[in-house]
Amino acid sequence: MFSFETIIDNLPVLIASARYTLLISGLGCLLGLIFGAVVCMGAVSRSRAARRAAAIYVSFFRGVPLLIQLLLAFYLLPLVGVNVPALVAAILTVGLCAAAYISEILRGALNAIPRGQAEAAIAVGLPPRDIWTRILLPQALKISMPSLVNELILLVKASSLVTVVGIVEITRMSQSIASATYRPLEIYLAAAFLYLAINLVIAGVGRTLERRFAP
Amino acid sequence: MALTTTTNAASARLENVSKFYGEFQALRDVSLVIPPGKVTCLIGPSGSGKSTLLRCINFLEEYDRGGIWIDDRLIGYDAVGGRRMAPGRLREMRRDIGMVFQQFNLWPHMTALQNVAEGLERVKRLPRAQAQRIAAEALAKVGLGDKTGNHPSRLSGGQQQRVAIARAIAMQPRIMLFDEPTSALDPELVGEVLAVMKQLAAEGMTMVVVTHEMGFAAHVADRVAFMERGELVAAGTPAEIFGNPADARVRAFLQSYHDRNAFDVQAG
Repeated sequence: MFSFETIIDNLPVLIASARYTLLISGLGCLLGLIFGAVVCMGAVSRSRAARRAAAIYVSFFRGVPLLIQLLLAFYLLPLVGVNVPALVAAILTVGLCAAAYISEILRGALNAIPRGQAEAAIAVGLPPRDIWTRILLPQALKISMPSLVNELILLVKASSLVTVVGIVEITRMSQSIASATYRPLEIYLAAAFLYLAINLVIAGVGRTLERRFAP
Repeated sequence: MALTTTTNAASARLENVSKFYGEFQALRDVSLVIPPGKVTCLIGPSGSGKSTLLRCINFLEEYDRGGIWIDDRLIGYDAVGGRRMAPGRLREMRRDIGMVFQQFNLWPHMTALQNVAEGLERVKRLPRAQAQRIAAEALAKVGLGDKTGNHPSRLSGGQQQRVAIARAIAMQPRIMLFDEPTSALDPELVGEVLAVMKQLAAEGMTMVVVTHEMGFAAHVADRVAFMERGELVAAGTPAEIFGNPADARVRAFLQSYHDRNAFDVQAG
């Protein structure tokens, strides 16, 4: 017998746990965007050392499962004397991992910008920092908007991995409720729709941003 | 600060400029004097090095040997020691050199006004309101006073190129470089861009123009330089180059231009 009642009774708790999902994926994506831009600048830099460093960074964070990265952060940070709450460690790790993917997304977008865009800025006399922040990055962000939205949606779903460091977000909360109520189907179905709702909103906002960015 | 007639036009001097792409020599010991307040046109077949030479003048392209002086300052390298110039000093020199590109290279995410104001704000460090006022003035000067709020995608090719010219003149350069400014335009839009360039020439701007518009070169240029295979083959007044060129390569080039553009219909 399918019990809607179970869903309705537990929905508030489930929704409350969604704030961790949102916090980790949202802040993780924001950090990923900032770190990703920096890593990307390294990847396209003239300096061979910077390019090498960026390549190693991307290889590591893209090549090691996020789950392992989270566990490493959880066990490694206290060992080197960094005592931060699990939530902070989780957000940082997710951000660093996302940066690897985002830097590659941005690098691809930068390659799509005609060489003349930077040349015009050089000819006008803009300093390198302004060429990046005023000319190249805004265009790269616009070009990569669909991929970035994709990345954020992946992060929302990947954030379920932070349960391994003891954070109770949507997935972990569903598991607890399911084992307490013996109603796994109802609860997991509710969780599925909750994830879906979040990601539909993100996709919608992404569409709007794309239109806004279009001149 | 108003956009007035150029009073302090710069000269340029190129001496034995050479440029290599690996084994390939793109420029071969090119020497040329660009007189102040005059229009110098660079003509020649595609791949002859005209654009490369032009791009060396603001060091967008690095030359490997020889020297280029804007007035009496060597660009790109330290006068003593010959090392690469510090980026800040190079930027300072480039402020005096305006450039207009074949593909316009307007920034698509900014309005026409912001395209022009950007350099004033970020390079000349003018307050936003003042930068925008000068930008609007520059746009009005190229006949686009009513298009300030348009993004480049909402402008025709000719209008985009005029915005690009406004972007350059707003910085009050002392010399301007034009890299095939009309080559990407539909034929019916060429005239409006050339008209703005003629106006600049009349105001006494030093201009170096790489062009395939022989009519413009013949009527507006004070000096014409012909290049082929990275070499400066001939330089002189338009009358000397177009009238009765001494060099066979110049004659052949002009003949092929005439042949291409002739449209007399063969009678019967």
